[in-house]
Formats: sequence, C-alpha cells, structure tokens
Amino acid sequence: MTSASEHLDPALRVEALASLLIDRGLLDQATIETFVKTYEQSVGPMNGAKVVAKAWTDPEYRARLLADGTAAIGELGFKGPQGEHMVVLENTPAVHHVVVCTLCSCYPWPVLGLPPNWYKDPAYRSRVVREPRQVLREFGLDLDDGVEIRVHDSSSEVRYMVLPERPAGTEHYSEAELAALVSRDAMVGVANVAVP
Amino acid sequence: MDGIHDVGGMHGFGPVPELTADGPFAEPWEGKAFVIGALSARIAGGNLHAMRHAIERVPPSEYLVGYWNRWTIGAQIMMEDSGIVTDEEVRARAARLSGQDVPEPPAPTPSKPQMPSGGAGNLRSRDTPPAFAVGDRVRVADRDHTGHTRLPRYVRRRTGTVTALQPCQVFPDTAAHFVAEDPQHCYTVDFDSTELWGPGAEPFRLSIDLFEPYLEPAP
Repeated sequence: MTSASEHLDPALRVEALASLLIDRGLLDQATIETFVKTYEQSVGPMNGAKVVAKAWTDPEYRARLLADGTAAIGELGFKGPQGEHMVVLENTPAVHHVVVCTLCSCYPWPVLGLPPNWYKDPAYRSRVVREPRQVLREFGLDLDDGVEIRVHDSSSEVRYMVLPERPAGTEHYSEAELAALVSRDAMVGVANVAVP
Repeated sequence: MDGIHDVGGMHGFGPVPELTADGPFAEPWEGKAFVIGALSARIAGGNLHAMRHAIERVPPSEYLVGYWNRWTIGAQIMMEDSGIVTDEEVRARAARLSGQDVPEPPAPTPSKPQMPSGGAGNLRSRDTPPAFAVGDRVRVADRDHTGHTRLPRYVRRRTGTVTALQPCQVFPDTAAHFVAEDPQHCYTVDFDSTELWGPGAEPFRLSIDLFEPYLEPAP
C-alpha cells in the first residue's frame, strides 16, 4: 500500500504510472499532450479577464453576470469541468471578497485555468479563513479598516470568481485594454486591479 | 475525515507564498501528473468525490511535499482501490525506468466500483423541498467524520445564517464511497468571524457551502 512505503520521487512516480497505464491501453501520449496544451494555452485567467472587462463596459452584461454567473460566462463560451455552477462576487468600495478552498484546491477552471501555487499552499488555505486581512496585507493588499471582508470557502461544486473594481483613470480604455489589466489574483480577491 | 487536508484555521504553515504569474506546470512531469489525475476517475471507475477522498488519504508527510505529489498519489490510491495498478508495480516500473533490472510484479484484477449515476457533472434535483430558507439560523451538526465529507472542522458546531440556496448536488459523503449519489440541498451559510475564532478575531464574514445533512436548526 502506498501509505506504508518510502517516498518516491514524484516525477519518477508519474513516469512509472503513465508507463503502466499506457501499456494497459488506458492512457496515450496524444491525450496527455492535448490536455496539457489546453490548460497551458486555452483555459486560463485570460478567459476570466474577458468576462471582467465585458462586465466593466456593458452594464446589462454585468447585471446578467451577477444574477446568473454560469449563463453569462457561458455567453462568452467559457464552460466545462469545475465551472458547473458559477457565482460572481462583486467587489465594491465597501466590500472585498476573497475565495479559497480549505479542503483541497477547488478553483473555477473555465475562467481562471488551473490554480497557482499560492492558492494550493496550506499557508493560504489555513490562514485566509482565520486572518484574511493579515493574509491580504502579506500579499501586498492593504485594505482600509472600513472595508468589510467576505471570505468564501469553496466547499461544494459551486465555483466563485471575483469581479474586481474597475480602476480609476480607465474611462477611455477599450474592452481589450481593460482585459489586459485584469490579473488572476484580482479575480480570486487577493489583489486589486491597478493601472500600470 | 479528520485528515491533513482539512487545514482551515490551522496554525504553523508560515507566511503565504509570493504571488507569481507562473503557468500551471513548472515542469513537464507536472503536466503529466495533472492528466493522470484528471483521468483517474474515469480510468478507475470512480468519481470526483472518490478522487478527493483518495487525496485525503495520502499520508501527511507525502501530502505536504506538494500539490502534484499528493495529486499523483491520490490518483494512484484510487486506481489501487479499483485494481488498476498496485504500488508494487509502480515501484518496480520506477526502478526499471531508473535502469535497475527488477522483476515486474503481476497486474491486479480490475474491480471497479459500481454506482448508478444520474448523469454528467454533479448538479441534480431532489423531490423533497429544502429544509432551510434564506435568513434561517442554523447550527452545524455533529456527525461521523470517519469518511469523506465537505464539512471542514473549523465550522463544526458553529452557528450561522443561511444567505443563499445553491443548486442541489450529488452528496460527496456518500458518492465518495460509492454508496449512492443521494443528491442534497446545499446552502451558503455565513458565519461571523467571532463565532469561529472567538472575541479577538479579525472582523470579517466567512461564507461556506454546506449540504443539508450537515445542518440543524439553531437552538
């Protein structure tokens, strides 16, 4: 049994497992390459950034997004595993949302891709439900004391994405220029969107 | 289960890592690990909940090595459970890939779990109406936590307020063990930080999605 054995180098374990599964016809190289390419190139935070930029420039879309995140995100073609039911949380000058999964690392893949290392790290998962203001400060986000913090623990199949505040001074930006400003971290709620 | 995975509120993990703009895979083996894990439920005849429960059963020392390590070992555990591979085989193959001439043990006999499924994904319906409504005060029940659950330790026995009704979903606690999908109503419940962490807590509100069997009316 795995649990009783000594540590095996993870990369070697993966090679060994892949090789056994390929021998048994349960996996093939083309499938591996397709999956990796998809999550390296097509499914990532650039998708969520398009959602945010559209919400910033189209008030009716924003209203639809907040009312039914899954459908409004689906309008842009973003759907799939780990995005079955999407809820979008709007940050305002008074309320700041931040998302975590304390039990594993649930994350809205269709809009943000696979989670970054910091999101999967036990330090983030353990602390943000206990001292979110301090955690955000460590990440470089120093919120005013008057801002209410709401932490969302993704414990069911509902997936959360934060709609950050549109930064001042971007009134003349196009939707594409706005999308380029929106970071993954802002859509999880550990950063705000800034103008460079 | 009360495992290493249930880290909410634990002390001792140190500062949060730096925010970096890395892609999903730092090295090629991580991409391959992702694919094996992503396909493992299909290969092993399991499901998402069984995969999470397998990761929960990764020994703590291995769990903390890193995400793709626990992900890979979790996938392997689920495949061991279904008779797809054995740990002896994996280690023998790893040794052979490293140039050692060791014999390959025999492959196991597959014994995939059989559980009727209501379809793709996890959103379902349920005939009985929801027991709670938005605004209700609820207490998180004491339950048997030996198996898989999506009820983290830090909200147990705490009292909060229902703030949203989420879609009815496959119940992870039974589906992970291939008992039944047994769909359950699911609620977003809000807790004041002082209810969770005492009077000295940072002021904030914690929202978490909890399945109906986890909840009882607040006394």
